[in-house]
Amino acid sequence: MGFAISGTVLAQSQGERIAALEKQVADAKTAVVSAQSAGDNAWMLVSAALVLMMSGPGLALFYGGLVRKKNILGTMMQTFAMMAIITVLWALIGYSLAFGVNNGVSGSFIGGFSNALLHGVGLVPDGVYVTTIPLQTFMVYQLMFAIITPALITGAFAERMKFSAMLLFLTLWAIFVYSPMAHMVWGQHGLLNAALGGKFPTLDFAGGTVVHVTSGISALVTCLYLGKRVGYPKEPMPPHSVVLSFVGACLLWVGWFGFNAGSALAANGLATSAFVATHFAAAAAAISWSAAEWMKNGKPTALGAISGAVAGLVGITPAAGFVTPISAIAIGLITGAFCFFMVFIVKMKFGYDDSLDAFGVHGAGGTIGAILTGIFANSAINPIFGAGKATGLLEGNGKQVLNQFVGVALAWGISIVGTLILLFLVDKLVGLRVSEEDEREGLDLSQHGEEGYHAEMSSH
Amino acid sequence: MQKIEAVIQPGKLDAVKEALVEIGIDGMTILEARGHGRQKGHTEFYRGREYSVDLLPKIKLEVVTTDEMAEKVVQAIITAAQTGAIGDGKIFLSRIDDAIRIRNEDRGDLAL
Repeated sequence: MGFAISGTVLAQSQGERIAALEKQVADAKTAVVSAQSAGDNAWMLVSAALVLMMSGPGLALFYGGLVRKKNILGTMMQTFAMMAIITVLWALIGYSLAFGVNNGVSGSFIGGFSNALLHGVGLVPDGVYVTTIPLQTFMVYQLMFAIITPALITGAFAERMKFSAMLLFLTLWAIFVYSPMAHMVWGQHGLLNAALGGKFPTLDFAGGTVVHVTSGISALVTCLYLGKRVGYPKEPMPPHSVVLSFVGACLLWVGWFGFNAGSALAANGLATSAFVATHFAAAAAAISWSAAEWMKNGKPTALGAISGAVAGLVGITPAAGFVTPISAIAIGLITGAFCFFMVFIVKMKFGYDDSLDAFGVHGAGGTIGAILTGIFANSAINPIFGAGKATGLLEGNGKQVLNQFVGVALAWGISIVGTLILLFLVDKLVGLRVSEEDEREGLDLSQHGEEGYHAEMSSH
Repeated sequence: MQKIEAVIQPGKLDAVKEALVEIGIDGMTILEARGHGRQKGHTEFYRGREYSVDLLPKIKLEVVTTDEMAEKVVQAIITAAQTGAIGDGKIFLSRIDDAIRIRNEDRGDLAL
């Protein structure tokens, strides 16, 4: 720039400068968008990996330690099989059924086939489910939820189902129970979707109903349908390694940050809020379960402490992203004590063989968590119904508790009916249970022809 | 020759081993074992279900030695393994006809 500028030079330079500024603003906008996309996408890819870690090794170890040693590989394989099979299924039709565009009447209940074979699931945001990350990131993140949900059910029928029957049952279950439920709560036009215009907006941040109620209730139905393990409850069937379960539970706790905080679908304040709530609820529930056990049996067990933490993580799943840290502690305390009651008192009273307490922890914890979400949800954390509009009961929106009941009731209904039909079908096709001889020998040898532990190590 | 079989508490193994080395015993066989005598087992709790564990971990120690040494070995084991509580274990003595060292075919006391 010179010191003395003539009129024409000034006019020229003004035009140029405006053009340059406009370009600068446009460049800056692009840079901001790509920076946000980079930040959000980095967190979401890590979250997806964390949620996969919850299945393997987390859940595989947690469940694997709880069975007798003759069944450890059979139990771990059930979860691992879901990692393989649901993944392929998700690409074929699973994702489309859960999240596909369906503008018809059935769109309230299930997605269409528009995204079958992942058609149209590309590397840019779709503007509906995600606005800052590639739709493919959303797809693979949701896949990890679809994997762990059926895997959770395996805890109820542990040590006695045929591997072939398990594959068929859970594949069908993912199609006919999980996908519709995921669509209703999270899919576009879904009946219960609180964010995308559902008729009964149910608050479910990370899958309290979709993941834990469906798997937990289906677990109860399955263990009732299948019957008890041979010898239960007369023969002792203690966990063969609480150490493995302990490691698994701690991996679940860490992985749950991806599950809950990742459900913000962005690396933002909401993710932090969900992260904090998740952690506080897990800690509080570990305390309340342990305290209850200490009072009832005179000793707090390690298995009790980790079971309590998992129960708390289940309970906070629908609420994370809606509640304050202090509410999260309250939810954790209540859920831990409630699940303790279900496992220690209710299960003993009725005598069903929910072998690894999939119902007692996930079904019960998911149900109470969903109801508590309607009580504690706070618009200051997440103004999902609009800024300043009351969200939960404590804020004055009593109707939300009713909506939560609708969501839970639908999840219970679809789980009971769907699971019963599928079990009946699979039982007729291939038979559900292993023979009594195979059950005594163990799933490792009878189903897979291998052993988790070699003979010389098996004396302990 | 006599064989001394002692069932002891796992926590007493090191003390017994030291006591035996001290009186000049340089060969022994140790087995990890499970069992119980008058000592009752204990109760374990897993998610509210009670399990009574009656076969407890024990160590079984075998020493074969000369007739003269046998009583010394018994005394050494008693001194090292005794706490006075139920569950301290038992010692059994039996006669051994012969012993053979595989390496050079030594027999009898020479092979010990």
